[in-house]
Amino acid sequence: MTMNLSIDFLSDIADRSIKLGATDAEAIGIETTEFHVEVRLGQVEKLQEAASRGIGLRVLYEGRQASCSTSDVSSQAINELISNAIEMAKRTSVDEDALLPSREELAKEIIDLKLYDPAISELPTERKIEMALDCEMAARAFDPRIANSEGSACSTTIGKLSLATSAGFAGEYQGTLCGLIVAPIAREGEQMQVGYWADRHRSLAALESAEEIGKEAARRALRKLGARKVPTQEVPIIFESSAAEELLSDFFEAVEGTSIFRRASFLVGKLGEQIAAKELNIIDDGQMPGAVGSRPFDGEGLVTRRTVVVQDGVLRSYLLNTYTARKLGLNSTANAARGLAGAPGVGVSNFFIAPGVSTPDEMIASVKNGFYVTEMIGFGFNPVTGDYSRGAAGWWIENGRLAFPVEEVTIAGNFREILSGIEMIGNDMRFRGKIAAPTIKIKRMMVSGE
Amino acid sequence: MIEPLKFFTEKFNIAFSDLEALLGISLSKGGDYADIYLEYTVVNSLNLEEQLVKSANRSVRQGAGVRVISGERTGYAYCDEIVVDAIGKAALTAAHIANSQAETGPINVSANNPAHDLYRVAHLPHDEPLERKIELLNRIDCTARAYDRRVREVQTSFADEYKIVLIATSEGLLIGDVQPLARIRVMCIADDDGNLQSGVSGGGGRVGFDFFNDRLIEHYANEAAQQAIVQLDAREAPAGTMEVVLGPGWPGILLHEAVGHGLEADFNRKGTSAFTGLLGQRVASELCTVIDEGTIPNRRGSLNIDDEGNPTSRTVLIERGILRGFLQDKLSTRLTGAQLTGNGRRESYRRMPMPRMTNTYMLGGKSTQEEIIRSVKRGLYAVQFGGGQVDITSGKFVFSASEAYLIEEGKIGAPIKGATLIGNGPKALTKVVAVGNDLALDEGVGTCGKDGQSVPVGVGLPTIKISEMTVGGTK
Repeated sequence: MTMNLSIDFLSDIADRSIKLGATDAEAIGIETTEFHVEVRLGQVEKLQEAASRGIGLRVLYEGRQASCSTSDVSSQAINELISNAIEMAKRTSVDEDALLPSREELAKEIIDLKLYDPAISELPTERKIEMALDCEMAARAFDPRIANSEGSACSTTIGKLSLATSAGFAGEYQGTLCGLIVAPIAREGEQMQVGYWADRHRSLAALESAEEIGKEAARRALRKLGARKVPTQEVPIIFESSAAEELLSDFFEAVEGTSIFRRASFLVGKLGEQIAAKELNIIDDGQMPGAVGSRPFDGEGLVTRRTVVVQDGVLRSYLLNTYTARKLGLNSTANAARGLAGAPGVGVSNFFIAPGVSTPDEMIASVKNGFYVTEMIGFGFNPVTGDYSRGAAGWWIENGRLAFPVEEVTIAGNFREILSGIEMIGNDMRFRGKIAAPTIKIKRMMVSGE
Repeated sequence: MIEPLKFFTEKFNIAFSDLEALLGISLSKGGDYADIYLEYTVVNSLNLEEQLVKSANRSVRQGAGVRVISGERTGYAYCDEIVVDAIGKAALTAAHIANSQAETGPINVSANNPAHDLYRVAHLPHDEPLERKIELLNRIDCTARAYDRRVREVQTSFADEYKIVLIATSEGLLIGDVQPLARIRVMCIADDDGNLQSGVSGGGGRVGFDFFNDRLIEHYANEAAQQAIVQLDAREAPAGTMEVVLGPGWPGILLHEAVGHGLEADFNRKGTSAFTGLLGQRVASELCTVIDEGTIPNRRGSLNIDDEGNPTSRTVLIERGILRGFLQDKLSTRLTGAQLTGNGRRESYRRMPMPRMTNTYMLGGKSTQEEIIRSVKRGLYAVQFGGGQVDITSGKFVFSASEAYLIEEGKIGAPIKGATLIGNGPKALTKVVAVGNDLALDEGVGTCGKDGQSVPVGVGLPTIKISEMTVGGTK
């Protein structure tokens, strides 16, 4: 029952919308088969399996826009989907920038980006359970202080996305994903600390081994034991690769087109300007073969591409979809992100900070008194002003060495100064999802503690 | 009024006897417990920005989830089609979590009505013509722009949903509910010669369209505009440990992060919460009594039944500083013998339930807000917050102030820039040294995320003073 969302079916929905009065229409279909197993303390705790599908329809009616979606694909539900979308569109405002991409902009052929790995779709349930068990076992066996576990999970997703528009685009692609995550808990005295580690890829061969993921999670839990607060002070900060990824994910919020056209970003009007240290290069690439964020076309049917966002510290491009590009008088960077519901937003493809030359050890050795941040929590970034304040944990650096673990402190500054204060960039970037960053050293930020 | 059983029977042709047979299939491999969750939800949203209604959206989400518990193991499967064959296939998939063969026929269920009736609304926002919602958004836009000429942009949205659920369990329960939910959100951007600042407000609940009266509409608009304008003069936030006063209402997010999550039964059953083993012990000052209450009429976090079909309730989590209870779901009570509290919740039929908060608040005390502020020599007065997060195991939590002021010599002073506050869950409330008599619940905007599942929640707080907390400013 899950194979009926063909591109012909979606093209038909788009065509019927036009016949019923829509000026333009775009139909999207998403089908997924998901599997998820969680093990804890060596036992299977949860097993979930399901196949699902849904359809989204966006219509324009004389410059007015509305969207509807449904997980019901019966013909009656589809009829309602079309008529509701058109009736709703009649009641919204004329927005002259709301248009579907023109025919010339749309992808002509679907490039094979190696997004589908049969080894994942054919992976037997027993093997997935075994991977989760091995992963947790490796974490628990790593050290006697690993006293408990939040468990380990193995998930696979096999998905198909199809898109058809009244401008004549019809395309689809399939993809697979396999993820493995584990969270062992270390205990010493009164203190308990959890360590997370995970990996996620489109092909099974690219996935780090269950044992390595487990060991790394154990190391991360253990190294937090004995963590304490430090006095409030302004010091150099090193963001470990996984923390630097979070920094980059915050940066995306400020560089994506919606924030820019709304003038709700500290990067408004900065194209062509030096916004960061010249060591910094940030790239979004939708065409990397086999990568999690790759796709042959974006949520509006445009061929994805490689966009240099920051080059030698200069802001070269925002990330845009058709609407935000029109609002800014620019071209789309093919970053339209589309779920089933609502109009397309802007999303990352594979978004990364280009690796530098320093090893993380060299970076730590360059700091006399500073903070090596390994984890952050909270949502303390304001893209409008660039003000940044988040909870952090990690290690204190004394005389170029990791001295003792730190927790329950915050780090704060303004993103403009964080960017211009980048002093060193590590050589240790590795993709574990759509966003990747190497270790990064910032000149100084305020650490608030005791 | 929609009657859930009748709704699913008429729309999807699912009969009483079908559910009994499906429960039988669910336990056919020897599971201990099974439930079937049928859901039909319609979500509407309408967005206005740049004084244009840029889009109107509607999504229909429907399907069935089948869960089978066997000891500590849970099997789960779902389908998007509410037809007997598809649900039967899901039931068989979920059944395989158990691995014996059992001779089970149909399992008898009897229809029940929820014990509560907390959100009977006359006019579902869903049924309201788009024009009337648009009119509300236009009024918010005009009011916010009129607040100050420096309010340069207003984005506002009206989102509503109604969810019809029907739950059948192998313990013989058949129960349903119709759950309306509506929310208005406003964001203003103020621009004073290139100095850009934002302010956010909004509210709602399990309410009808009439809830959004003139007074509230004006209040939402003015609140967001005022926040953005105040921030234009904000100074660097202080860094370090200091006295912190939290205002009433939404700052109750403190309780949600500092204690609420850590008191969810799943983490405590597994021994992974910083609160594990602290039942009966002091985790807050004598002034603190913290409640989770899913039964407050029309609140965003309230439910007549939880997503496992059990009645929601009022649970005392902390009584005069002593830890009294956890938030329970079916699985946790089966494994620990604890009493159900009606906190088994899920995002949709695609996810399995787990212990979640409903409306979490602290009871009011004796102090007036004025007394509390006057008692502070140098500290922070925080009245609005963005999000928060907690590390359940270490107990470290953060929540980020979006509108806050310095207090100097007992007087509220200059506004400061947003800053994250950080603390340790089992210790933070032991430092509560004053509790105000002005308990307020939030306006109805909260959404809580756990394990990738979002559910609507509420929080509440009187004005409180914390003797020391780390404030993450830059100065």
